[in-house]
Amino acid sequence: MEGTAFKYGNNVDTDVIIPARYCTSFLAEELAPHALEDLDDTFVKRVNQGDFIVAGRNFGCGSSRENAPIAIKGAGAACVIAESFARIFYRNSINIGLPILECPEAVHGTEEGDKLHINLETGEIENLTRGGKWIAAPFPEGIQEIIELGGLVSYVKKRLGAEK
Amino acid sequence: MAMTIAEKIFAAHSGKESVKPGDLIFAKLDRILGTDVTCSLSIKVFEEMGVEKVHNPDQLVLVNDHFVPAKDIKAAQLSKNMREFGQQQGVKNYFEVGRSGICHTVLPENGLAKPGDLIVGADSHTCTYGAVGAVASGIGSTDMAAAWAIGELWFRVPSTIRVEITGDLQEWVGAKDVILYIISQLGVEGAIYKILEFHGSTIENMSMDGRFTIANMAVEAGAKSGVIPADDTTLAFMDQVGVKDAQPIEADPDAEYEKIIEIDVSELKPQVAKPYLPSNAVDVDEVAGTRIDQVAIGSCTNGRIEDFEMAYRILKGKKIHPLVRVVIMPSSDKIYAELIDNGFAREFVAAGATIAPSTCGLCIGGHMGVLAEDEVGLYTTNRNFVGRNGHPSSQVFLSGPAVAAASAIAGEIVSPK
Repeated sequence: MEGTAFKYGNNVDTDVIIPARYCTSFLAEELAPHALEDLDDTFVKRVNQGDFIVAGRNFGCGSSRENAPIAIKGAGAACVIAESFARIFYRNSINIGLPILECPEAVHGTEEGDKLHINLETGEIENLTRGGKWIAAPFPEGIQEIIELGGLVSYVKKRLGAEK
Repeated sequence: MAMTIAEKIFAAHSGKESVKPGDLIFAKLDRILGTDVTCSLSIKVFEEMGVEKVHNPDQLVLVNDHFVPAKDIKAAQLSKNMREFGQQQGVKNYFEVGRSGICHTVLPENGLAKPGDLIVGADSHTCTYGAVGAVASGIGSTDMAAAWAIGELWFRVPSTIRVEITGDLQEWVGAKDVILYIISQLGVEGAIYKILEFHGSTIENMSMDGRFTIANMAVEAGAKSGVIPADDTTLAFMDQVGVKDAQPIEADPDAEYEKIIEIDVSELKPQVAKPYLPSNAVDVDEVAGTRIDQVAIGSCTNGRIEDFEMAYRILKGKKIHPLVRVVIMPSSDKIYAELIDNGFAREFVAAGATIAPSTCGLCIGGHMGVLAEDEVGLYTTNRNFVGRNGHPSSQVFLSGPAVAAASAIAGEIVSPK
């Protein structure tokens, strides 16, 4: 898939991704208009379906609110590439099916507005604007299995089905 | 194989002799905490999973705390959804407004967190229960739905950082100053995916109230959990809350740590974390003179009796600065009642403070004290990110209750000495 990079810094926290004042809702269509509002109030206006967020270390730190990856996904972002992710955001993204890639080199080699090509299956990230090709860190083995099953909801369905 | 406290707890809950960092395990859960703000989404996901009954209703703890008393119609609906789900599922540990408080005080004071437990909660400060020698970690709503359904969750066994804290604290310096200082040394991502295991004479001499403050903020360094070994202080607390069979888990002497950090706090000054990161702590003198509009004393971080006692000693017989608003936030309804019984409440109100119901509202910028454009807060809470407490241009400084109370009188940040 191809899209435009929206670049942000380190420690993008869940309070700026989706402030608690909007968290009386958990619906993507109600959260998405406020995605990243307190960090970049132009993001929602500028982002197109299939674009990417590229950020520094500890992306998604702070609250456990699943509303954060839901808002990002709802706003149209197809993937978040970061140097590292905060652990609850990491789990939540896997669970709701927001693709995330950990790749510091790609983050360093990408600027705001660059066109990227991403292959989620291989983890390959290519910067079409300024060149450069990188491979994101693969998911640990057990987590890959959960992803391949279609996420945690599918895992639970399969497991409870098997138990019956 | 030698193990840390967390490794022992993960091994015991996954039916294994031993585990090591990096292992992916499914582990049985002792408690699964949900709140009004995170349960509704979990209920929706739970229904999507096609599950009718939770695995074991006694694992569930449901607490009304974030947007209560309901701040608006949508918030009222969130509580209603959780209330009805709890009734349908036969959840005994359901905590209603007025008989509740902030979850991270409610669970321990009701004996629902004990040494050796593995607890998850759809709230990032679930790590607070590490104070009793448990592994406790925040999760999202889909994770919680899965945990309700199967009684277990997946974990990647994290490596552990051992933090040795030694030295007697100076007057007006408390647990909050210690943990703010530690986070400033580690950074907000210093313990990402890891466990912090706290040891040393400072911790051993610390009350349970102080230990809850330390464990509460482990997540602000990115940690999965912050664990304090259970000792006689812990067992006395467990006895007091009705848990008679608590068994401390100790780390093996030759357990492997990713690193060991040694911190001497004997010269530590009161700390203040500047906006917009909890890791921005400096000595209070460096920010002295900063004007403030609102002070908040309480929350799941500093809303226990020892915290209010510190504030009381400073505020008693004094008047809060005319340009400052002070909100007192007891972290449970039981603590609220204690503030009335011991006379603290009367003194706080006489000094010009208001006492809020026990809720997370102010701390998350939801209700009960939201900041306007460009306003400055001095809070004893745990986070000061952009926009967390109100308008995105507002600023929050984090401190312990002594700095907060002294500053409330002065109208600007001051050292309590």
